[in-house]
Amino acid sequence: MTDTLIRYGFLALLAGLVVFFSLATNGFASPQAAVFIFQSVAITGILALGVTATLVVGGFDLSIGSVATSAMMAAAYAMIVLEQNAVVAVLFCLAIGALVGLVNGLIIVYMRVPDLLATLGMMFLLLGLQRIPTEGRSIAAGMTMPDGSTAGGVFSPSFLALGRHRFDFILPNLVPVSVVVLIVLAVLIWFFLEYTRYGRMMYAVGSNARAAELAGAPVKAYKIWAYVISGMFASIGGILLAARLGRGDIASGNNLLLDAVAAALIGFAVLGAAKPNAFGTAVGALFVGVLLQGLTMMNVPYYTQDFVKGAVLVVALIFTFALSNQGRR
Amino acid sequence: MQATFRIEGLGKSFGPYRVLDGVSLDLFPGQVTVLMGANGAGKSTLVKVMSGVHQPSAGTMTLAGQRFAPSTPAEAIRAGVVTVHQNINDGVVGALDVATNLTLDRLSGKGARLFVSPRRMRREAAEVAARLDLDLDLRADIGSLSLADRQMVGIARAMSHEPKVMILDEPTSSLSSAEADRLFATIERLRAQGVAILYISHRMSDIRRIADRIMSLRDGRITGTFEDKPLDYEGAVNAMLGRSVAVDAVTARDGGEPIFEAAGMRLKAQSLPFSLSLGSGEVVAITGLVGVGKTQLAETLFGVRRPLAGSMRLDGRGYAPRNTAEAIEAGVFLVAKDRAESGIVGDFNLYRNVSLPFLRRLSRLGVTRNRAEREAARAQIDNLSIVCRGERDMMQTLSGGNQQKVMVARWMAQPSRLFILDEPFQGVDIAARRDIAAKLRASAAGRATLLFLTEIDEALETADRILVMSEHTIVGEHRNERLDMDRLLAEVAGGAMKGAA
Repeated sequence: MTDTLIRYGFLALLAGLVVFFSLATNGFASPQAAVFIFQSVAITGILALGVTATLVVGGFDLSIGSVATSAMMAAAYAMIVLEQNAVVAVLFCLAIGALVGLVNGLIIVYMRVPDLLATLGMMFLLLGLQRIPTEGRSIAAGMTMPDGSTAGGVFSPSFLALGRHRFDFILPNLVPVSVVVLIVLAVLIWFFLEYTRYGRMMYAVGSNARAAELAGAPVKAYKIWAYVISGMFASIGGILLAARLGRGDIASGNNLLLDAVAAALIGFAVLGAAKPNAFGTAVGALFVGVLLQGLTMMNVPYYTQDFVKGAVLVVALIFTFALSNQGRR
Repeated sequence: MQATFRIEGLGKSFGPYRVLDGVSLDLFPGQVTVLMGANGAGKSTLVKVMSGVHQPSAGTMTLAGQRFAPSTPAEAIRAGVVTVHQNINDGVVGALDVATNLTLDRLSGKGARLFVSPRRMRREAAEVAARLDLDLDLRADIGSLSLADRQMVGIARAMSHEPKVMILDEPTSSLSSAEADRLFATIERLRAQGVAILYISHRMSDIRRIADRIMSLRDGRITGTFEDKPLDYEGAVNAMLGRSVAVDAVTARDGGEPIFEAAGMRLKAQSLPFSLSLGSGEVVAITGLVGVGKTQLAETLFGVRRPLAGSMRLDGRGYAPRNTAEAIEAGVFLVAKDRAESGIVGDFNLYRNVSLPFLRRLSRLGVTRNRAEREAARAQIDNLSIVCRGERDMMQTLSGGNQQKVMVARWMAQPSRLFILDEPFQGVDIAARRDIAAKLRASAAGRATLLFLTEIDEALETADRILVMSEHTIVGEHRNERLDMDRLLAEVAGGAMKGAA
């Protein structure tokens, strides 16, 4: 009984919510609403999948939110100020994500700085760094540069398409690019963690690093790779954010870190895993999206959103730790 | 004589599992009562009930004629029942210095002062230390001490409570013999002071040395009490195991052509160089006290660390692994010491623990093949008679002996050239130990097998050839056939003997 509750409780709760909102509101059970939910959690979800990789090796990455906003600013800077095309902007962002992840990993593995502290420092550093090139201004087409000149570049249409194009699916022009990216990345990281030997070793490193080392695994490399994955996922999130906004907005992306971490931690409760897992993370992100969308459609005010997310997280954590430990004893 | 501590009809169940069943036991002042039991007999649970960690499901305990039912460990300590736990780090707080550790219990509870005076604390600590002749820098951090010193601190702290009853749970398991001598001197002093001592161990040498009485525990029941001098040790072992054990004599075999050779090896700057040659098909045990470099040697052979000097050859070719992956690739496998710390992946089930080092061979294009993994694990479950429900069992559900079998199985799943096992019988009951040893000997053909064992008995039971290590070098070699026990023991004892000779 307890076992079933632990395994399927959270999924049942999700299904229950969907049924409840479908009955209680008009239009919740429609393709548009479903896509809207996916779209609302796409960027958070991508970040959450990245941070899952670091959680798997027993680490943590607090810098993902600021990596995403840095990537957003970098994309805008590359196109508007440096007048580059979309491909260069995307590669530039991915390189930043990989580099930050690499530096995080090196600091944690070789300098032995605890993961939380190292990535906290990196978060702070990036928050400041992303403002330096434009002296604290947001980046938009035709902006005035610090030296008084006007920036000549524009957001390339193909870049903006990443945020605005919609694929036909059931209905014409339904599924946005960000949702497709989310689903592709979720499947990729899920397959990687569950079904490849590299993913298996990453779990082994997180559970008992010494045992993994004595079984021949290059533990340090695995840890560093986890941070690189996390950084790159965060930069993909940042690219999508920039494409959606069409500008480099220094004020956006404040909630990304907390929302993403919450989704990954809620994921612990899914299927009674009690450990980081990609499927759980995706479900965790969706859960929050469904709940917020449903509540909004029931006219619950927007300022209660953080409260709702926090409550879900606390319940999920209790679910994971209290119930599953009981089950084990 | 009036018993200081009396247990009557004690029972303890966890859910459906009855771990203790009607245990009755008396402890008398000034006597050392040894409790013997195989793994899983219920020793640890009994200790936890006595020390207030668990509440009994049935039965009563009395201390000096009064009902004793502690609901917390602190209550048990205040009443005068103190416990020195097997896990040494449970007894000390790593982040604090020695003085604070020695006086830790005065920081809380009734009468504790709000402010801590370092000077007063050190004075009190010095008194506590003096009672045990503890010669330590009181300002040193616990983290900088050896395990043995940490344990001494833990014991000294326990003694500062003027205990009526003292429980020692396998206290010598990580001590060298000199350190154990100090511990026994301390126990004798406690005995003279009239403390009732419960000493839990399955080391015969310890038991012969200090036991006044022996009680055997098996499957949660007391199966024998031995108090007539001279004590019937064989009877106690029998009662503990429920069958008679005689040390099986090994038929010593000679090794074939050498598989592994090392020359001029030095593990430590001051240590003497040594050579080593291991032949095909032979089982060689290296014995020696704790801390003489056995684990360093094992790790050197396995590529975890590098020798200071010397060269190694495997199958006639140079062998200098830079990491564990290269060692495994070359066919050198290590079952590491202390499975909980360096072997078991707790989040993985049995078959994933077995497949861990050879995932590459069990995957296609990086994708793991679960069916192949499970087949490999099932073969090993049969091979080593691992007691489990199936290959998907979680490791925590297995007994210590079976967990160790899984660790051995992990490395037996693939053929090796040099198979190294570092203390493979640590925390393993006798039946599992026999199984593992028999399997090692039966499968020894075609590879060299090297065991590192502190217990000489274990070496006698398993090896064809026994090498002795002392001070980070090899000091003796014996064929396991009518071997000269006196010489072997003298070599184990090391340095002092060499000076005399």
